[in-house]
Amino acid sequence: MTTKFRTQFAKALAQHEVRNNTESVVNKLRKHRLAAFPDQAEWISMRRHSTAIRANATSKLPQLLEQLETNLQRNGIQVHWADTTEQANQTVLNIMRFHDARFIIKGKSMVSEEMGLNDFLNTHGIECLESDLGELIIQLAAEKPSHMIVPALHKNRKQIARLFHSQFPSIPYTEDISALAQAARRFLRHHFATAPVGLTGVNFMIAETGTLCLVENEGNGRMCSTAPPVHIAVSGIEKVVECLDDVPPLLGILTRSATGQPITTYVNMISSPRKPNEKDGPTAVHLILLDNGRSRIYSDPELRDTLNCIRCGACMNHCPIYKHIGGHAYQTVIPGPIGTILEPQKNGLDSYGELTQASTLCGACQEVCPVSIPIPKIINRLRWEHIRKSSCSTPGAGSGRRKTEAIIWKIWAWNCIHPGAYNRITSVATSMRRLADRILAKISPWTAARAVPRLPDTTLHERLKALKIDNE
Amino acid sequence: MNDARNTILSRLKTASIDQTMPLARNISNSVNWSSNYKVQLFRTQLQSAQAEIYDATDHSWLMTLQHICQAKYLKNILLSPTTSWGEAIIENSTNLPSLKYYDDPVENWKQTLFEGIEAAFTSTYGGIADTGTLILWPDTQEPRMMSLVPPVHIAVIEKSKIYNSFAEALKAQHWNETELPANILLISGPSKSADIEQTLTYGVHGPKELVVIMV
Ligand code: SF4
Repeated sequence: MTTKFRTQFAKALAQHEVRNNTESVVNKLRKHRLAAFPDQAEWISMRRHSTAIRANATSKLPQLLEQLETNLQRNGIQVHWADTTEQANQTVLNIMRFHDARFIIKGKSMVSEEMGLNDFLNTHGIECLESDLGELIIQLAAEKPSHMIVPALHKNRKQIARLFHSQFPSIPYTEDISALAQAARRFLRHHFATAPVGLTGVNFMIAETGTLCLVENEGNGRMCSTAPPVHIAVSGIEKVVECLDDVPPLLGILTRSATGQPITTYVNMISSPRKPNEKDGPTAVHLILLDNGRSRIYSDPELRDTLNCIRCGACMNHCPIYKHIGGHAYQTVIPGPIGTILEPQKNGLDSYGELTQASTLCGACQEVCPVSIPIPKIINRLRWEHIRKSSCSTPGAGSGRRKTEAIIWKIWAWNCIHPGAYNRITSVATSMRRLADRILAKISPWTAARAVPRLPDTTLHERLKALKIDNE
Repeated sequence: MNDARNTILSRLKTASIDQTMPLARNISNSVNWSSNYKVQLFRTQLQSAQAEIYDATDHSWLMTLQHICQAKYLKNILLSPTTSWGEAIIENSTNLPSLKYYDDPVENWKQTLFEGIEAAFTSTYGGIADTGTLILWPDTQEPRMMSLVPPVHIAVIEKSKIYNSFAEALKAQHWNETELPANILLISGPSKSADIEQTLTYGVHGPKELVVIMV
């Protein structure tokens, strides 16, 4: 069976350099995370608390969003709602036009990736510049991020050195990581000083105080939200928490899970634009709240857990599939286990349903998830949605259903609850086992690279009978 | 866009929510270290994040500042002339580099700020021991770009204002009962990145050096 995803996965498996780069970085991230939670009991209690904070916020989502909006507006931050990515893009464009701006400098934002903002603005004559080091590398290479936290993890220093040299010929070729970072610093500094508009993502929004929290190490997020006269923040509607007290536990578990740091270099909490008599900070701050399928996901009590994600990336660092195929093979904005459950729900099982098969259901993702999202359970649920008969809230449900497959399973199910038939069929299969061997060797890609398990010459029932062991 | 707002909220409101998970907010921050231990931990954590730490007293901090400026060959330093720290510096400025004041809105001197200022001196609103973090509440006197744009950030912190954890700091300082500043900052080292091969490098977009004077 060759499909879009299978072709893409096969291609990814053949890219040895990307696989090596990916594996080496996720191994480091896993090691750092492990060292950050030395005490199992403490991890359990931190995780329980964070899970409760996110579950509480999600259960009150509409009320908290209204409270957040009221408080942000009282503080002077303008709030925009977008049902679709088109609306969100249009809102950014309107703000740019209002300020007569043709250039925007960006901090890291997965939501802006989801919106396809850069391409959209480019077609309207607006230039976008990524300022996070990883995102800048990706933009210079005209690629997409392959990881949520380390967007360029599929590239090694040699590849980045060649890229920088071709893009900035005036800078001497270097493979020294700190020299590469300094080159980016020099290149971007002037843009921070002159950009008319800056855009960032958001990590948490605090309903109680009307505050946007941004977490980062480089300082580019602070630059984008401080130096230009206008700051636009974009966020999914699910990022809200109830109160200030909810931030320290989530922050601590987020940074530890992501990179093993007890805290990032900067935590930036923005509650208003520049106040009277203040000498810097943007004079206008906008928040765009994007839905894009989230409120639909919210309608299903089981799938709703997907929205508790705090985007730490731990699930992808621990996923045996992600490690081997890398982020690009998923062909989604968000790769890895969380992408496997989020993207089909957002974009439809008809085009992304097969992605739910990109899992061994080993459960590592759920085990490391700081907010205990039952990813394997949701994967199973979506696999079923993909082939179910009736429709449901997830778009594209039932699109993977094949008649023959359904009939085979029906026969199998019937067979299993009719012992007489079951015994007859298994004994027929055993007596024709040489034929079965040959069929098995042909039909499954599994057996192309592995020895075919041989059927024994008697069935289990027959053997038990011979041993005089009863049903019990 | 009001349409979008109503559509989204009404969709969310029609969802059925069963019993919510109980959330006990007071369980996590039970540590209570001695002030000596807090200072010690604060120092180790910040040092491991590549910050420079100096111990000083109410009387010696100015000399420490002079020493830092000389050791780094700073030609100028940005500070607030109106904080008590700033006033003390101005009174004893003989051995210090040229003093610059942030007395104009940034629009009027952005280029100079980005290219001509070598260091900035700020006070802090408090500190966090378990993560090695400075809390800054920038205001009209000490604007937020002071701790962001110049390559060297020198901050002074009173040991008495170091809290066990972030959770404790925001409670003890009553953040939720106050009108919050436009921007609160938690700073835990000089700017850094590990975006290339997950290898740390310092001084990416923010300050290359963070120097902390504890008094
Ligand atoms: S699903 Fe869990 S582990 Fe994965 S990114 Fe989200 S919060 Fe992190």
